Amino acid sequence: MSEEEITQTIFQLLKKIAPDTEPSTLKPDENIRETLDIDSFDTLQFLVSVNEKMGIEIPEADYGKTSTLKILVDYLLGKMK
Amino acid sequence: MIEFLMPSLGADMEAGTLVEWRKKPGDTVKRGDIIAEVETQKGLIEIEVFDEGVIGELLIKEGAKIPVGTVMALINPSGATLERKEITPEQTAIVIQPTEEKIIEKVREEKLEARTIKASPLAKRMAAENKIDLSQIQGTGEEDAITKGDVENANAQKGKKITNSEEKNIPQVQAIRSAVAAAMSKSNREIPHYYLEKRIDMTKALAWLGETNHKLPIQKRLLPAALLIKSVAQSLVDFPNLNATWDNGLQLKKEINIGFVVSLRGGGIIIPTIHNANLKNTSEIMEALNDIIPRARAMKLRSSDLSDSTITITSLGEGGADVVFGVIYPPQVAIIGFGGSSQQAVVENGMLGIRHVFTVTLAGDHRATDGLTGSDFLVTLNKHLQNPESL
Repeated sequence: MSEEEITQTIFQLLKKIAPDTEPSTLKPDENIRETLDIDSFDTLQFLVSVNEKMGIEIPEADYGKTSTLKILVDYLLGKMK
Repeated sequence: MIEFLMPSLGADMEAGTLVEWRKKPGDTVKRGDIIAEVETQKGLIEIEVFDEGVIGELLIKEGAKIPVGTVMALINPSGATLERKEITPEQTAIVIQPTEEKIIEKVREEKLEARTIKASPLAKRMAAENKIDLSQIQGTGEEDAITKGDVENANAQKGKKITNSEEKNIPQVQAIRSAVAAAMSKSNREIPHYYLEKRIDMTKALAWLGETNHKLPIQKRLLPAALLIKSVAQSLVDFPNLNATWDNGLQLKKEINIGFVVSLRGGGIIIPTIHNANLKNTSEIMEALNDIIPRARAMKLRSSDLSDSTITITSLGEGGADVVFGVIYPPQVAIIGFGGSSQQAVVENGMLGIRHVFTVTLAGDHRATDGLTGSDFLVTLNKHLQNPESL
């Protein structure tokens, strides 16, 4: 998966969690949870869907590496290598 | 014959509109089967049966408004149901019908007015949501059934834009808002609240959660909310006076059913119930949350999801306000509030340390309990949260 494909997949999965928002307008350095107003339950659901869609295991200790779009995409790219 | 009544789905609900019967006379039903779909302020609710037997008669026409407590159907009980009824006579006594006479009158009116209306389920739902009288519409579908298009046309004549709950739905948001308004106004009018707060060190509990989650696949991981619900339920075992309702006096409840506040993305809240939370372990409570929160947000709940809660928990989660003082959901007598957790400087045994701390509050009904009971409860809750492994 390319960086662009990962980004598009993240947008799709976020849209499912928060259908009333427009994830594609997220800026790379914006906090995803705060900007889209997602609570801890929906954050976990989002990470479960990332795991299921991309097959990437995200340990709880790494939740901090999922805060912004840029950090999350870099993290997922790193896990794919 | 057993009378099947329109169940109460909370103090804030007086009536619903029957959208569709899912059973017909002659059908066999068992406990938990869906008998009907009813449109309410809290969305389209699937109404479950609590008896076993064969449907005798359906007394309400689709499209009719049904006040809580109305006899909706008659069920011929099977042997098992009769036995159960004899053993637990208080089960029937729980149904509250404060205005029985009025309700019966209303039902007669509705029955006179109602005639057989053929309409698709979607048309019925849209009509209910947009307050359109189906009896005034000429259907164009098969056998003159009313279709979605007919409802849209009828509504266009009223000069309003049609809404459908599958799209973004403003009337639904307003309906939820007025349900919350009704319940909270009643609470503030009738319940003399007292408030207590206690700062609780969550360092150990969060470390235990971290260790537990480390061993679990992401689908099974626990959120702090599951542990908080479990610890409240466990603490309530020793404080029956807080697990109760107020109805001309304190009515203690045998089951500990926790109502958990879920905020909706469009605004408003909904409070689904986690039944017998003290008998579930933390993982089972997390499973219940995984089931019920998405359904609550999608407004796809069943009648049992919204009934019989005996206390409410509201939790703000991380990053929000530090403290929340709840408003009791009548007829309950207490609400527990969890603020956001944060790292704080804490003095313990003369030493300064950095700990994960949050503030727990209890709002109690002063008719039911006194501050000392609430205070003892918070102390017990703290003890449980310091020993998460034993919950």
